[in-house]
Amino acid sequence: MIPTFDRKDGKLVLAHVLFAFAALLVGGIAGLLQGLVRGGMVTLPANIGYYELLTAHGVLMALIFTTYFIIGFLYSGVSHTLGGQLRPAARKLGWTGYLVMSAGTVLGVIVILSGKASVLYTFYAPMKASPWFYVALALVVVGSWLSGFGVFCQYRRWRREHRGKLSPLFAFMAVVTLLMWQIATIGVAAEVVVQLIPWSFGWVDSVNVVLSRTLFWYFGHPLVYFWLLPAYICWYVVIPKIIGGKIFSDALARLAFILFLLFSIPVGFHHQLMEPGIGGFWKFLQVVLTFMVIIPSLMTAFSMFATFEMNGRAKGAKGLFGWLRVLPWKDVRFFAPFMGMLVFIPAGAGGIVNASNQMNAVVHNTLWVTGHFHLTVATSVALTFFGIAYWLIPTVTGRVLTPRLNRLGIIQTLVWCVGMLFMSGPMHIVGLMGSPRRTAYTTYGDHPDAILWMPYHVAMAIGGTILFAGVLLIVYNVIALMRAPKGETVYPIGEVAEAAEATPRYLERWSVWIGIAVALILFAYTIPLIDMFRGVTSPGFVTW
Amino acid sequence: MHLHRLEKTWLGIGITMLALFLAILGTMAFSMGMAPPSEHHHTVDPRKVAETAPFDRPGITQVGDKHYEAVMVAYAFGYEPEKLEVPAGSKIDFTMTSSDVVHGFEIVGTNINLMVLPGEVSHISHTFDQPGEYLILCNEYCGTGHEYMKTTIVVK
Ligand code: HEM
Ligand SMILES: [Cu+2]
Ligand SMILES: [Cu+2]
Repeated sequence: MIPTFDRKDGKLVLAHVLFAFAALLVGGIAGLLQGLVRGGMVTLPANIGYYELLTAHGVLMALIFTTYFIIGFLYSGVSHTLGGQLRPAARKLGWTGYLVMSAGTVLGVIVILSGKASVLYTFYAPMKASPWFYVALALVVVGSWLSGFGVFCQYRRWRREHRGKLSPLFAFMAVVTLLMWQIATIGVAAEVVVQLIPWSFGWVDSVNVVLSRTLFWYFGHPLVYFWLLPAYICWYVVIPKIIGGKIFSDALARLAFILFLLFSIPVGFHHQLMEPGIGGFWKFLQVVLTFMVIIPSLMTAFSMFATFEMNGRAKGAKGLFGWLRVLPWKDVRFFAPFMGMLVFIPAGAGGIVNASNQMNAVVHNTLWVTGHFHLTVATSVALTFFGIAYWLIPTVTGRVLTPRLNRLGIIQTLVWCVGMLFMSGPMHIVGLMGSPRRTAYTTYGDHPDAILWMPYHVAMAIGGTILFAGVLLIVYNVIALMRAPKGETVYPIGEVAEAAEATPRYLERWSVWIGIAVALILFAYTIPLIDMFRGVTSPGFVTW
Repeated sequence: MHLHRLEKTWLGIGITMLALFLAILGTMAFSMGMAPPSEHHHTVDPRKVAETAPFDRPGITQVGDKHYEAVMVAYAFGYEPEKLEVPAGSKIDFTMTSSDVVHGFEIVGTNINLMVLPGEVSHISHTFDQPGEYLILCNEYCGTGHEYMKTTIVVK
């Protein structure tokens, strides 16, 4: 039988996906312990610090699990839709990126677990970690750049060979995602390489704190869209195929992605609303820009449900909501991402609260925020990625999903949702009551307010334990997928509905969109940055 | 680009709500004094906090009728001064900085929540109408003792 997916590329994809799930497992162990500690149910042995665990959890989940899965997924789709195999140069860049990122990850985990970098995944200066921690981060970022260049290379060649043709939607979206990543990571790379590495090695004796935080958050917000956009690729391009329907509109899908590219970067101040050193006008300006991403989000919601309804009606569904009934609820490749979509509704609403300028004071640095991103990244994005794994691993390894694994997948999805309800729900509530995030077990000297938080922390611990069962189950499923029966699985790429309009070509004029993105960034950041360069600097501290 | 009629309605409602919401936030921030904290930008040399006024004498002083000024220094892992006390109905203007790493300053049960950065001076004001012992805690991770970093304000 002819393989439906290039086997050599399959190895590259699989290497990324397996690394991602290994990170999920290790990060999940840390997460479980965090929940149990905060719930007052266990005390860590003296040689393991809570903040060491929390650093490992943040880095492994937010940076490693996500980035590896995303790069693996994007390479798979780019290989499949741009010619059926990667060019040698693209494949080589993919492997080089993988090795550089992995060297960084291994080094980083060793430094974190040896207690030399308990600075959390945001590594705010002037807390000064071992220089090797920053070197590790730099390697991860540089590795991801190389991987990104591989995708650009494949795309450029394809376009050169298909002049005048519209690129495949998947490839277009992959390029937007990685372009945004390249532009955004310049901030954190500058912070790490120019500020933190020389300072932690002792070559310079102080660091500009406000500037370092600003560079971090210039990267930190687009980071969340870097997680989300690949999930959107699955929703826009893959899900229509899986439900047996059509993509609602190619043009609107591309427009939504371009809007994400423009509005997800010049907005980092919404993470710095509560801090000094940034003027109120500039904070508000970036709040306005932040809110602009709501428009493509609303467009995405519309497209998804339009796809579902059109598909249902084409299959003869009657009544206002009859189309819901014909969706393939028993197919994990649909069900897991669909639950992710549903969760994104409250998750997105919570995000609007967080970004609301002065209203941020109610939630800033409380467990509400932790509850929020366990809905966005750890549920909407993670469940979508899990849903992808059930067809991606079989596709790239030449196997098929079995009914038993499909059923286990449905169970895994439900376990995850229940666990998250019990963990994230109480986090939101107790956060509104004031309980801080990133804080080991404490009752603040039995202060009555803090005592009232404890029942919620216990619920969080129970939810976290259920979630951990979900982690074990997905890891089991991934291993089982690797041993599934041989066969060929077709890469699910949706087609555009006949009624949809032709896509305007200007959506692929990169110079225009990059130009506008850069202009918006300069507009939002230049004057505040000039101010910051004149700011004071601080020596470093090791407080753990 | 052509939009479906229903999508136009959907986006129209969404964008109108967005504009309205931003207008409310903006009006509150710029003409009703409900802006995020630290409007004014002041700096201090983080190596010389203990020698620089007003941080050389952390404490609370009365500046008017039921109006106080609290000068505070956050450090790993506590706040100076350790105890604050005011009569109910008092307004306190807080001025603070950090003598080491980044800290948080959250007064539980109020909307006071801000970051304290070395080298920067943070400002915020609050009127304490209800008597009680308010918990102040650090909500930004600052090191091993972070979960012990707290103080209280007694409002009588
Ligand atoms: C077994 C599943 C999980 C459990 C039990 C869990 C539990 C927790 C807990 C209790 C915290 C808060 C600790 C604190 O603030 O003191 C936390 C933080 C966090 N979690 Fe998870 N989590 C899980 C899965 C995930 C996943 C899948 C992701 C992302 C893909 C994720 C991303 C994060 C991030 C970014 C933080 C913030 C770290 C920080 O504040 O520095 N978690 N998690
Ligand atoms: Cu953000
Ligand atoms: Cu602290």
